[in-house]
Amino acid sequence: MTTQILIAGFGGQGILFAGKFLSHEALIENKEVAWLPSYGPEMRGGTANCSVTISDKPIGSPIIANPDILIAMNLPSLDKYEDAVKPGGYIFVDSSLIERKVKRTDVKAYYLPATAICSEDENLRGGADIILMGAMIRRTGVVSLENTEAAFRKVVKANKPQLLANDLRAIKIGYDYED
Amino acid sequence: MKGNEALAEAAIMAGCRFYFGYPITPQTEIAAYMSKRMPKIGGTFLQAESEIAAINMVIGVASTGKRVMTSSSSPGISLKSEGLSYLAGCDLPALVVNCQRGGPGLGGIQPSQSDYFHATRGAGHGDFRMIVLAPSSVQEMVSLTFKGFDLADKYRMTSMILADGTVGQMMEPVSLDLGEVTDYEKPWATTGTEMKREHNIVNSLCLQPEELEDQNIARFARYAEIEKNEAMYESYRMDDADLCVVAFGIASRVAKNAVDTARANGVKVGMIRPVTLWPFPKDAIAAAADSCKAFVSVEMSMGQMIEDIELAERCRRPVLLCSRVGGMIPTERNILDTIEEARKTGGAE
Repeated sequence: MTTQILIAGFGGQGILFAGKFLSHEALIENKEVAWLPSYGPEMRGGTANCSVTISDKPIGSPIIANPDILIAMNLPSLDKYEDAVKPGGYIFVDSSLIERKVKRTDVKAYYLPATAICSEDENLRGGADIILMGAMIRRTGVVSLENTEAAFRKVVKANKPQLLANDLRAIKIGYDYED
Repeated sequence: MKGNEALAEAAIMAGCRFYFGYPITPQTEIAAYMSKRMPKIGGTFLQAESEIAAINMVIGVASTGKRVMTSSSSPGISLKSEGLSYLAGCDLPALVVNCQRGGPGLGGIQPSQSDYFHATRGAGHGDFRMIVLAPSSVQEMVSLTFKGFDLADKYRMTSMILADGTVGQMMEPVSLDLGEVTDYEKPWATTGTEMKREHNIVNSLCLQPEELEDQNIARFARYAEIEKNEAMYESYRMDDADLCVVAFGIASRVAKNAVDTARANGVKVGMIRPVTLWPFPKDAIAAAADSCKAFVSVEMSMGQMIEDIELAERCRRPVLLCSRVGGMIPTERNILDTIEEARKTGGAE
């Protein structure tokens, strides 16, 4: 099985970081992975996105035209990619930044006020991407919760244990969130 | 690892201890990686004042027989063209990476394959060739870099890694198990005579036309050997194919998906993926023309490799172009549409 995940939002929201975390988690689970970032001027504040393909077999193209899973962290990203999501796919929306609902009726949509949750807790600042990852992991099962700590250890600097703790808290909040 | 970083590590594993470069998107991670790694292993990293300075530093180190490289992206590679010609004129081994972006001019920073002609035909003035290797994955950024250094030493010439923004920027799992480095004798290297031998002179100036003609002929005898021995390609689902897609680099990854989809719909299509663009895998293309009714060239240029396909198959079969340019990547749909058109044009089932 091949799952294509598109994470999209503003530069600075941790889009690429979330993709890296997810890629490492899939690697730990012995899956094939391809991670492709947007590397243009959008990295400096415009829209940024990151494509992660996870598969049981070698991956053909790492370029995603029709994702199985979309994580939308701002309105332009939802507007741009909503129609591209495969029928039966998933859309995860940061509802504190996107006021509208998903228009499609043939996809599963989940709404989390991830940015609002983070703004209430100093230690969770900037963790909205990870909260959404938590929800995504629970609803799609593309990777499991149990390997998240090992995956974070690969992408969080060893000398920043506090960040690791914050990320683990954020992923749990997203995982347990009922919308 | 990102493709660019993996390439840099592979260069170090191949014994490269000299890197000269100048930043440009989308290849700057190579320079950044080298700036961290080289000082730790006793190597030299130098950010030159320009691309031209960097390639001339490469010429200097290459003259001593040490493994050396530079990297850039399309506009920067244009600036290096003079140096590439001098490297050829001096018969020096070196590795040059072009992580291509859309052109011409400053163009854009998104991936492209529009430097195909530059790499395979016109890298600089004079009669010369470079070995051109086209990676389609992060793993090949590693293996072809290792191979590129080896071929450069073996034939005393430049190997170019013709990558693109996508393979440079993407991350995939990668194995760095590359095997042993072959050491080549370099009796021509300018390493100091220690008063024990004649001076070695590395020079591309030769004012005697008879002598210069002989040099060119000798160089092309080597090129003929390379064409005979070193062409590399991947053949995919070609066994009973009526149609042949030809694609390299990142475009071949999308093309492979398109071939699978078309096969699932009953279209007998396969793919030849040139790994070396020079030497071009002419024999494989010619053999495909015996059994296939039409070709599809998938390129991120306005159609450059298509000329090599037509030459290799002697225009016996139609070659259709599927092209996206300016930083755009062909979609599976684009390729499937051209396969369908080729099916009609070539009269395949």
